[in-house]
Amino acid sequence: MLSQALQFFFSGITNGAIYALSALGFSLIYNASGVINFAQGEFFMLGGMIAVAFSALGLPLPLAVLLAIAATALAGWLLEKVAIEPAGDAEVVPLIIITIGASIFLQGLVQVIWGKGQKALKPFSGDTPILVNGASILPQSLWTIGLGIVIVLLLWWFFNSTRLGKAMLATSHNRLAAQLVGIHTRHVLAVSFALSAALGGAAGAVSAPITFTSYDIGIMVGLKGFVAATLGGLGSGVGAVVGGFILGLLEAATAGYVSSQYKDATPFVLIILILIFMPRGIFGGKATERV
Amino acid sequence: MSGWQRYGGMLVVAIIVVLLPLALPNNYYYDIAVRIALNAVVAVGLNLLIGYAGQISLGHAGFAGLGAYASALLTARYGWSSPLAMLAAMLGVGVLSFIVARPILRLRGHYLAMATLGLGIIIYMVLVNESSLTGGNDGMGVSGFSLFGLTLANERQWYWFASIAMLAAILIAQNIVDSPVGRALRAVHGSEAAASTAGIDTARFKARIFVVSAMFASAAGSLSAHYVGFISPQYAGFFHSIELVTMVVVGGMASTYGAVLGAAILTILPQLLSRFEGFETMVFGAILMLTIIFLPRGLLPTLAAVLRRSRP
Repeated sequence: MLSQALQFFFSGITNGAIYALSALGFSLIYNASGVINFAQGEFFMLGGMIAVAFSALGLPLPLAVLLAIAATALAGWLLEKVAIEPAGDAEVVPLIIITIGASIFLQGLVQVIWGKGQKALKPFSGDTPILVNGASILPQSLWTIGLGIVIVLLLWWFFNSTRLGKAMLATSHNRLAAQLVGIHTRHVLAVSFALSAALGGAAGAVSAPITFTSYDIGIMVGLKGFVAATLGGLGSGVGAVVGGFILGLLEAATAGYVSSQYKDATPFVLIILILIFMPRGIFGGKATERV
Repeated sequence: MSGWQRYGGMLVVAIIVVLLPLALPNNYYYDIAVRIALNAVVAVGLNLLIGYAGQISLGHAGFAGLGAYASALLTARYGWSSPLAMLAAMLGVGVLSFIVARPILRLRGHYLAMATLGLGIIIYMVLVNESSLTGGNDGMGVSGFSLFGLTLANERQWYWFASIAMLAAILIAQNIVDSPVGRALRAVHGSEAAASTAGIDTARFKARIFVVSAMFASAAGSLSAHYVGFISPQYAGFFHSIELVTMVVVGGMASTYGAVLGAAILTILPQLLSRFEGFETMVFGAILMLTIIFLPRGLLPTLAAVLRRSRP
């Protein structure tokens, strides 16, 4: 009974870490630009696919993963330069369609290069499950959770202690005021896309040995990341992380105790209920409209 | 608004509908025309919500899917006549959308996008998982559409029927747009706070138009299911919801005829792209991005602006 609960807990926090990273990606871009980037899930997919490709070329695994993260960051930067910047001050709906177009484009591109099949990446440190109190956890899950924690700490440091991080925070609070004190806000926008992409890419690469990866794996991860970000309150970093873990754990509990078929529906039922009672998520503050 | 402004566009569409068969060489082209007309019904309804009321929905394929499955089940399992099943489906979807409309439409912007997206995905998952009823991922067969004892037998007959449905949708939409409801909606789009200060019950108007657009989607879903003769959960899926929103945005928001144009483009484009074997997804994504980047207001409004400028 207890070991079963522990088992669900392990699978919940592993997925939770992935959703948290995805949600952080949404929040970063949302803060910098007010855009919900529906291509966020594709960064996750790219991270995994590129890591597999580099590793197949014979590169050592750590190098393949780092290169995959860098390449995904580049893709994010390019997306901002090629698609978001030229759109200028388009309305919310057109911007959503642009990022969805980008998402479809990236899926198509990956299909052309690597085909439609599933790919697997070698686990970072073997695949012998570790037994804890009758429950088991894969070493790769520990890697995923560990990476999630490291990235959250790094981001914390980045936004509190570096000039660029502070500039990004300032821009998210008030873009005009940030420009007035000399912050290059366009640059901030491109950096936040690159950073979000790197987060997604890292999550994609580190979880590729567990979930396998294919051109269409990003859609659900992206949508659930959006749910997690909304759950915590769009734009809130803490909210994104908490939202991600709540989602992962709840999903695992639903799969274990209610119905594994409806596991994937849990996040969406939850978010609708939460939004009805808290229209701006858990950490989103009170809703007021500036007129 | 003068009669020409209100009905001129409809006359043009009607003339195109009547003359088009002269240019359609075979059933393949009739088939595409039927699909365009049925997609246009959804797009015209969705445009009322997105274009006029300024409220996004990323879950309307869910309503279309519910309509399609309700028609399929009522005709196959309970032996209802197809028009009756379609009306019952519309009514059911209308009631469902009415129940969810109030709480969901209190949300704004991205939060509304999230909630409608969630709603669509939940409907999709129910259709996939309740396989004893829906056939799950394999989908289910649907009988033809019979009207007064006559079954629509081929693409040509469907062409006229679907075109009439499309024209009816346009007529209803245009009448709503020009009614006090339409004016209230445009006020809501401009500034909801200002609209409610002016005494408009914004929540009620938004909910009403949400219900209307959901019922349009349901009707088109029922007809599509009968036309194709088959329905699978993908029809209610996220990607289809996106396609529907894209029709509205590409054609031109807040323009009923723009929505029709958008439906035509989004229906024809995949057919053209099927020649780029393997590359079609990539090219589709690129075209989608580029169109919105360069024409954020959509094709028809941009075209109209160009024509107006060139006029002396």
